[in-house]
Amino acid sequence: MSNEAWEGRRAFISANDAVSYAVRLCRPEVIAAYPITPQTSVVEKLSEFIAGGGMDCQFINVESEHSAMAAVMGAAMMGCRTFTASSSQGLMYMCEMLHYVSGSRFPVVMMNANRTLAAPWNIYGDHRDSLAMRDAGWLQVYVENAQEALDTVLQAYRVAEDAAVRTPAMVCLDGFVLTHTYEIVNIPGQREVDAFLPPYAPGENVLDLANPRSLCISVAPEWQTEFRCQQQAAMEAAKGAIARADGDFAAAFGRRWGGMVEEYRCEDADYVLLGMGSVMGTTRLVVDKLRAEGLKAGLMKIRFFRPFPREEIAALGRRVKGIGVIDRDVSFGNAGALYTEAKAALYSAGGASPHTVNFIAGLSGRDITKEHIETMYRKVMNAAAGGAEREIQFAGLRWEEW
Amino acid sequence: MVKVIDLPDRELLYGHKACPGCAAGTIARLILKVTGERTFLAYPASCLSTVTSIYPQMAFAVPSFTAPFPATGAVLSGMAAAVKAKRMQDVTVLGMAGDGGTADIGLQALSGAVERGDKIFYVCYDNEAYMNTGVQRSSLTPFGATTTTSPAGKRGVKKNMFEILIAHRIPYCATASIAHTADFLAKVEKARNTDGPSFLHVLAPCPTGWGFPSDQTMAIGRLAVETGLWFLAEYEGGRVKMNLAPKNFKPVQEYLGLQKRFKHLGAAEWALIEGQRDREWADMRRKWGF
Amino acid sequence: MPKPAVSVFQYPRTATEMPCGPYAKAGVIVETNAGWRISRPVIAAARCVRCQQCWLICPDGAIDRTGESYAVDYNFCKGCGLCARECPAKAITMAKEDGQGE
Ligand SMILES: Cc1ncc(C[n+]2csc(CCOP(=O)(O)OP(=O)(O)O)c2C)c(N)n1
Ligand code: SF4
Ligand code: SF4
Ligand code: SF4
Ligand SMILES: [Mg+2]
Repeated sequence: MSNEAWEGRRAFISANDAVSYAVRLCRPEVIAAYPITPQTSVVEKLSEFIAGGGMDCQFINVESEHSAMAAVMGAAMMGCRTFTASSSQGLMYMCEMLHYVSGSRFPVVMMNANRTLAAPWNIYGDHRDSLAMRDAGWLQVYVENAQEALDTVLQAYRVAEDAAVRTPAMVCLDGFVLTHTYEIVNIPGQREVDAFLPPYAPGENVLDLANPRSLCISVAPEWQTEFRCQQQAAMEAAKGAIARADGDFAAAFGRRWGGMVEEYRCEDADYVLLGMGSVMGTTRLVVDKLRAEGLKAGLMKIRFFRPFPREEIAALGRRVKGIGVIDRDVSFGNAGALYTEAKAALYSAGGASPHTVNFIAGLSGRDITKEHIETMYRKVMNAAAGGAEREIQFAGLRWEEW
Repeated sequence: MVKVIDLPDRELLYGHKACPGCAAGTIARLILKVTGERTFLAYPASCLSTVTSIYPQMAFAVPSFTAPFPATGAVLSGMAAAVKAKRMQDVTVLGMAGDGGTADIGLQALSGAVERGDKIFYVCYDNEAYMNTGVQRSSLTPFGATTTTSPAGKRGVKKNMFEILIAHRIPYCATASIAHTADFLAKVEKARNTDGPSFLHVLAPCPTGWGFPSDQTMAIGRLAVETGLWFLAEYEGGRVKMNLAPKNFKPVQEYLGLQKRFKHLGAAEWALIEGQRDREWADMRRKWGF
Repeated sequence: MPKPAVSVFQYPRTATEMPCGPYAKAGVIVETNAGWRISRPVIAAARCVRCQQCWLICPDGAIDRTGESYAVDYNFCKGCGLCARECPAKAITMAKEDGQGE
């Protein structure tokens, strides 16, 4: 293949475009997708690549998201590498298929442009869509910037297709603040990507004329548990595959993203904020500011929500005095999903548990400002010092002092 | 033209658990005899999935899978795309779904696949209700039939899938009856040889759900056509051909009277059904000129 | 008789023997349907005109047309009676089931 003008270059592109280039470099054979803001430009760009002859790929213009995922599943079971993308209402509409694909163990990779759920209608970002699908059996990874988005798509195929994993992967990008923001991005060369990501070698769960099998069959209660247990084992195996993919990626491309989590100035930190996605960029700046003031602040960016970094969070809990969790979602009647799960991980840490506070913030694209984040750190410190602090709080409510 | 003698002896559907006398069993079996071993089959949740594919007894011998109930059309599109991507030759991408999986929950995906022109062969075996879940009404349940969710008999008429498919300008679609086996087999062959989407709507009498003895499946199928309550037609090259246009219909009660699901109907309803039938046929004659 | 036969299925004994994803080999039969029958079709070879009708319409594909005379696979015939009813030569009668398979 000839070296394209964009290959191995630095380009000023949106994160959605970065995803599109990454997908192109991964050489999927079939793509099916249905447009929804803010995912749309990914679908358009890939259509353009294919129409222009730059990608040897079948693009299926499906009539719904349910069909998008059904169509890529149909192709995956024929042994094809596949891709789809969606967001919000579209992801909800795919719900049945998400479970079907993971239960059938097809390593489909998709991008989700995180956007809130109606009602009320709103097209801006939060994590309520993908977190509602946390039990769908997919690997879920949240990224912070356009470069990480591109790199993570490449890694997602590697991990999803790993023989011990064979589990679909969802790469989550915050709608608009990330998907539509332009950044300088390094686009790798095709040859390097081909070396990192070998051609898709399907497992035995394929439709094969020479060796006919029946797929997605019914399984009675006597055997269901064993199949389910396999999915759990695959998720556990993914943790190692994620670490390997990150290591191999660093060796090949000189960038590393931390695998399951990325810690920033946590080594000696007393107060740490946990969060996912683009808000971690702002949080870094606040950490630096607080450090300059002599406060021992740090952050832990949760990259993979599935599998969940239980061990990493438990280890952190043994070292620090207070943990705040930023959730761009809320499970009404309880707390944010990340908070609930992080707290469960801390409970298994052993020893004294740090104080924890949950900040529900950035819902449907609401800005999370540096001031908000700084307040969060101060609230965590207050709680750790025994001060009164509500455990679950909505950050920056109009009628409350923040 | 398919000759019965040339159909392969090998059974590609065997050992299934369908009720005795199940027309869907015959339909699926014979279709696979025509499409052959180089068939990729998708069937959604339905009687067909329940009776063929429960671990570890696998009654289909071709590569196949159970599709999500609403998704048959879409999974077929994905498979057809894979056939292109892998540059496979001489294979059939086949879907077999019930009336519910086709005309109700699966209609959108079917419509999408046909509109895109994907090379798929879609069969609806129509047992006129959701049998797998215990005989609930579907949009293909005929007027008057009792089901567990229309205990007093269905109000409203059977949806016309043939015309819905024609409205897509599909390259080939047809209606068939398993009791008219030669006509059925010829249509299966045409459909599988179509370069593009094809659709076959086969009436599948169901002893269990309709309430008739298991040895009467074919007799019921014949009567459906002879009373004019089912029709045999095909649409090809933009034209409709009526394969069988009886001069005189048998009285509808000869068909209805054999089935428990119509037992509550009397002369008044029979007349109503005959009136509906005659209007339908007059309409078809006018539209399609036969 | 050229019909798929019943085989013994080797269930996985360990987690590593489990298939990855719920799939199984196609065309595998582990049990018969013989117990379903309350009456069994009996073909009178002398009357049979080899028209193939019974072979064609049997929902279970249980009739074999390849031999000297047509034969029923009693392991999979469910005794629906369709073949007997549709046989143009009246060559098939339904006899009371004696509970025997093949
Ligand atoms: C999304 C979804 N809704 C409902 C069901 C339950 N369901 C499974 S099969 C079925 C009815 C199938 O009816 P039909 O398509 O006519 O096939 P039949 O069983 O009559 O052969 C229903 C309602 C399901 N599996 N998935
Ligand atoms: S319920 Fe009807 S369609 Fe379903 S297996 Fe029984 S006879 Fe066949
Ligand atoms: S239907 Fe009757 S005559 Fe025809 S092959 Fe069968 S047994 Fe013989
Ligand atoms: S009785 Fe029914 S199942 Fe048995 S051979 Fe005849 S048609 Fe087939
Ligand atoms: Mg039905």
